[in-house]
Amino acid sequence: MNFFLQPLTILTFFPLLGILVILFMNSEMKNAIRWTALVTSLITFGISIWVLTMFTASNPDLQLVAKYNWITVAGWNIQYHMGVDGLSILLVLLTAFLTPISILSTWTAVEERVKDFMVFFLLLEVGMTGVFLAQDLFLFYIFWEFTLVPMYFLIGIWGGPRRIYAAIKFFLYTMAGSILMLLAILWLGIQGQTFSVPDLILKGGIPANIQWWLFLAFTAAFAIKVPMWPLHSWLPDAHVEAPTAGSVILAGVLLKMGTYGFLRFNIPLFPEATVAAAPWIALFAAIGIIYGAAVSYAQADVKKLVAYSSVSHLGFVMLGMFALNEQGIAGGILQMINHGLSTGALFLLVGMIYEQTHTREIKVYGGLWKITPIFGSIMLIVALSSMGLPGLNGFVGEFTILLGAWGAGMDGGPYGSVWYAGISAAGVIMAAVYILYMFQKMFLGPEGSIVEEVKKHGHALRDLNWREIATIVPILIFIFWIGLYPAPFFDLMAPAVTKLVAALPIP
Amino acid sequence: MTTETLIWLIPLPPILAFFLIVLFTNKSKALSHTIGVGAAALSWLASMVVFFRAIGVEHLGEHPFESSLNWLPTGDTFLKIGVLIDPVGAAVLFFVSITIFMIFLYSVGYHNFGQPKGDHDVAGLPPHGATVEEHGRKHVVPSIEPMYSRFFAFLGLFAFGMYTLVVSDNLLTLFVGWEIMGLCSYLLIGFWYGKPSARNAAIKAFMTTRVGDVFMLLGIAFLYWATGTLSFREIFTEETLHILGTTMTPIFGLSAAGLIALLLFIGTVGKSAQWPLHVWLPDAMEGPTPVSAMIHAATMVSAGVYAVIRMFPLLTTDFNGHELTTAMSVVAFIGAFTALFAATIAVAQNDIKRVLAYSTISQLGFMIAALGIGAYVAAVFHLITHAFFKALLFLGSGSVIHGMEHGVLHTGNHETDPQNMFNMGGLRNKMPITFWTFLIGGFALSGFPILTAGFWSKDEILADAFGHGHMAVFITLAVAAFMTAFYTMRQITLTFLGEPRTKEAEHAQETPWTMTAPLVVLAFFAVTYGWVGIPEHFPLFGGLVPNWFHEFVGGTLAEHPEALEFNVVPLLTSLFVALGGLFFGWLAYRNVQTPAEDKFQIPVLKNKWYFDEAYDFLFVKPAYWFSETFVSAWMDKGVIDGILHTFGKVTQFLGDIIRNYFDLPVINRFFGDGTADATQWVGRNLRPIQTGRVQQYFMLALVIFIVVGAALYYLLLA
Repeated sequence: MNFFLQPLTILTFFPLLGILVILFMNSEMKNAIRWTALVTSLITFGISIWVLTMFTASNPDLQLVAKYNWITVAGWNIQYHMGVDGLSILLVLLTAFLTPISILSTWTAVEERVKDFMVFFLLLEVGMTGVFLAQDLFLFYIFWEFTLVPMYFLIGIWGGPRRIYAAIKFFLYTMAGSILMLLAILWLGIQGQTFSVPDLILKGGIPANIQWWLFLAFTAAFAIKVPMWPLHSWLPDAHVEAPTAGSVILAGVLLKMGTYGFLRFNIPLFPEATVAAAPWIALFAAIGIIYGAAVSYAQADVKKLVAYSSVSHLGFVMLGMFALNEQGIAGGILQMINHGLSTGALFLLVGMIYEQTHTREIKVYGGLWKITPIFGSIMLIVALSSMGLPGLNGFVGEFTILLGAWGAGMDGGPYGSVWYAGISAAGVIMAAVYILYMFQKMFLGPEGSIVEEVKKHGHALRDLNWREIATIVPILIFIFWIGLYPAPFFDLMAPAVTKLVAALPIP
Repeated sequence: MTTETLIWLIPLPPILAFFLIVLFTNKSKALSHTIGVGAAALSWLASMVVFFRAIGVEHLGEHPFESSLNWLPTGDTFLKIGVLIDPVGAAVLFFVSITIFMIFLYSVGYHNFGQPKGDHDVAGLPPHGATVEEHGRKHVVPSIEPMYSRFFAFLGLFAFGMYTLVVSDNLLTLFVGWEIMGLCSYLLIGFWYGKPSARNAAIKAFMTTRVGDVFMLLGIAFLYWATGTLSFREIFTEETLHILGTTMTPIFGLSAAGLIALLLFIGTVGKSAQWPLHVWLPDAMEGPTPVSAMIHAATMVSAGVYAVIRMFPLLTTDFNGHELTTAMSVVAFIGAFTALFAATIAVAQNDIKRVLAYSTISQLGFMIAALGIGAYVAAVFHLITHAFFKALLFLGSGSVIHGMEHGVLHTGNHETDPQNMFNMGGLRNKMPITFWTFLIGGFALSGFPILTAGFWSKDEILADAFGHGHMAVFITLAVAAFMTAFYTMRQITLTFLGEPRTKEAEHAQETPWTMTAPLVVLAFFAVTYGWVGIPEHFPLFGGLVPNWFHEFVGGTLAEHPEALEFNVVPLLTSLFVALGGLFFGWLAYRNVQTPAEDKFQIPVLKNKWYFDEAYDFLFVKPAYWFSETFVSAWMDKGVIDGILHTFGKVTQFLGDIIRNYFDLPVINRFFGDGTADATQWVGRNLRPIQTGRVQQYFMLALVIFIVVGAALYYLLLA
């Protein structure tokens, strides 16, 4: 088939078309630019649904593969190689789903340099989709690094007061990890005569001691991105300073690139090292769960609270994935999606109130439920989803992960101890603590000082408008859907997960 | 319609009511409560049909109603969810549906439907009353709850959770219902969120129960890996139980079955407010009274006991009928200890609802202790009778408070606490229906012989403990039962007997029919339900009515429990503790007027054995310190970011050195500027020859020509 007519190619690069149009628009035509960006991302979402319809859930292998030789000089064998399987399909959909939502959330929040903003945003979408679809290590690395640039500018230009610090911290930190991964990629590509991931997996046979080093190099890049404790400290700064849409994408998708990386590369490429490292990863994940939850509670800034809660939630994802059984990995993937939805929604909601009050300090709020009942009710649902209440999405993920982690702790499991599961379960309690206290302080009780403060400026706090409701409702639908009937989501990934687990050398 | 379909449908009306009210009818109070009460009635009706079909089935225990579907794929298998009604499920469904329906109805009156809007009522605070003008006179009447619709929505969600839990055939949906109830408990305790005490109580309740829930979740995970299923009927096969019973775990020498049962039991300790996780329930009384009745007496806290009842085969896997297993001993100890411990606190409480709260904790302890010693049927029996009479007592107390609030509005003295029993007295004349029904409930709670249901169920527990030689449990429970009767009579005496002690009590008034009708219905069951379980060998009464309850509920277990031999010691004990407690309670309080005259206002009891303070010191404060000081300030800001910034500083320092000592002098000065300087020097020195005179250029060209020519000649030809 023609190079340009491959579904995955179209999906990845379609936003470029929107960028092209926007580039020719007058930067004063803000609404036209917004609409163009929104429509572009919506069409991209449509394309992702089209891809889903062509996806065969029962097939554990890569599908809709596009494969062309790209750079073949001096024994290098780099290909343009895209493909999707059960491990990535949900993440691709999530990316395409969250992008239009984020763009919609900027409608009134971003007034300056709208044109540049939208260009960067759509570029970011190209990079993210590419990361999840690339099956050639070199191509993957290009997309991986490519996502850094637009995000750097999104934080650095449209961010809060400490945006420069945050943007540089974000950039340098992730860059530092990526360099090590690049070295490992080069080693693999030159040694194996190919950069194609499926081919490398097929070939296998990397000696155990080298596997360790390669595993560590990849881990450096991915663990920073996830972020795993103690490499997380770029995250709260980046989140707090980023504009709302940036935070949504950062939490919703960019962090998942890290966890996805472990799944796509570390586990199948270095199986022996993976099994040996599993208890260590689990240890750091468990620390991250508790640590993130504890720090969340201590935050005075609601956005920071949500940001640190990501550290805790992503700890759950890691714990599940490295349980190295079907329950754990499936739960981990689902929890990636759940976190994207719940935390994305939390950032959106925080952004909506911030737009009115220009402060995120928890203590100036209070009694919001009474003043803005719709906002309060939606916040409650999302908060409950984030803390894993049964009937909502978070529970399904956490429960499956706990099942997996417990299994990994039983005799013959890679953890060798059920304590990881036990300690992590405490994170479930702590999640309730910080979320409920946040809700209590901001939404219940007497009116906070901000209510008067806003009135002084001549307008009262208003409830959500139709655009804001339209932004959040699609997420709510999935929060309930996954919570009540998760089977379709698991069905999409199950064969691929089974295949992944079957290849691991677990006794 | 098949019974199975009907069971699936039971939980649906309340959840539909929840969504209807939230999305559409929240503006209309009448419509909202119609939908709410209607939904409760529908579920009740369906439950009754299921119940009566269930008791008509022979050997329901072996062939229960069940049906299931795939829900969550885990690897190559599915977690199924489904419904199951076996004898114990049917019995529980019976009382749950009745109490829920009654409480929905009661809420209409409790929240003053039909009364005017308050003068300055706000959402989040209890209504303060409205001024109306009648015949030219102004007076204050109760005002309608501002968040009336929201209340019914939450009740609906709660009822959904409870029904889901009861009809579940597996631990997963049981847990889902369990947590949904936890959420509703949180929302309803904090219903009047304008009050700081209500907000704190709500969070405390949620947190404390969640501690238990997490252990329960771990237990579920363990069970799943040990058996590959979470469905009750699949776990409780002889084969599976045998494997679980013989697999040993490294923890306290427990078998897998014992450890799983204990982990699940910790969930119950939280939910049923057993020591040491009991602290949330008394504070939960901050919620509106129907909430206390429904969640914290009849249904949710019972759900904890129900979970242990469900897990009974697991708990008693290695039980030979005499020696308690480790797991059972733990359960029995927690139950018996809680029963006594909570009873001691109840004696010293003055808030009418708090007495009932501690009494609930204590009675739940009876059931837990019964399960711990293997008295399965007795525990279920007491669970059901208790649900009836405790819901009755709570609703009665709500009625009393309501009547007192009427008095408060009349006098306008808002200093008087309408819940403090020392402000009451003599209410029997003002509120006769409430009085008589409360009396029935109180006597049932005390175990007043023969007439009340509480007697039969409590006696069965005591008889079982005695008959199987668990003397420590028997004595503890007997003492607790005595104290129960004592504080119940104290409550009745202070509230209803004697003369009114305040002006407000003088002006108390009987409540509307929507509140009293449920009292009457519940009182009916608080008496008659005991008669379905009269032991066959009981003197005089035994055999008059067949012991249907034992036959029916006992059929749930694979091995039908033996009916106990009659023994006169526990019977006499029951008689003595009930009658003696009631008598001494009346004797001690008949003339007490003020708290100062009350001999049991002992600080340690009044302050609930200082558990709140101890937990604050041991857990809450350290947790805050851990979170705020240790992790956030020291570790995150200090160490981790510190290391990172040190990297930055070191890099900058290195950069400075390179810049100042290499880059500037060598690269910039020497190579960079140096090259420039050299070029400039050459240029400057060459400038004199650029004169612009053609003659000079030719001269120069000639000279160069000669020089170069000579050089070439010399180099090439020589």
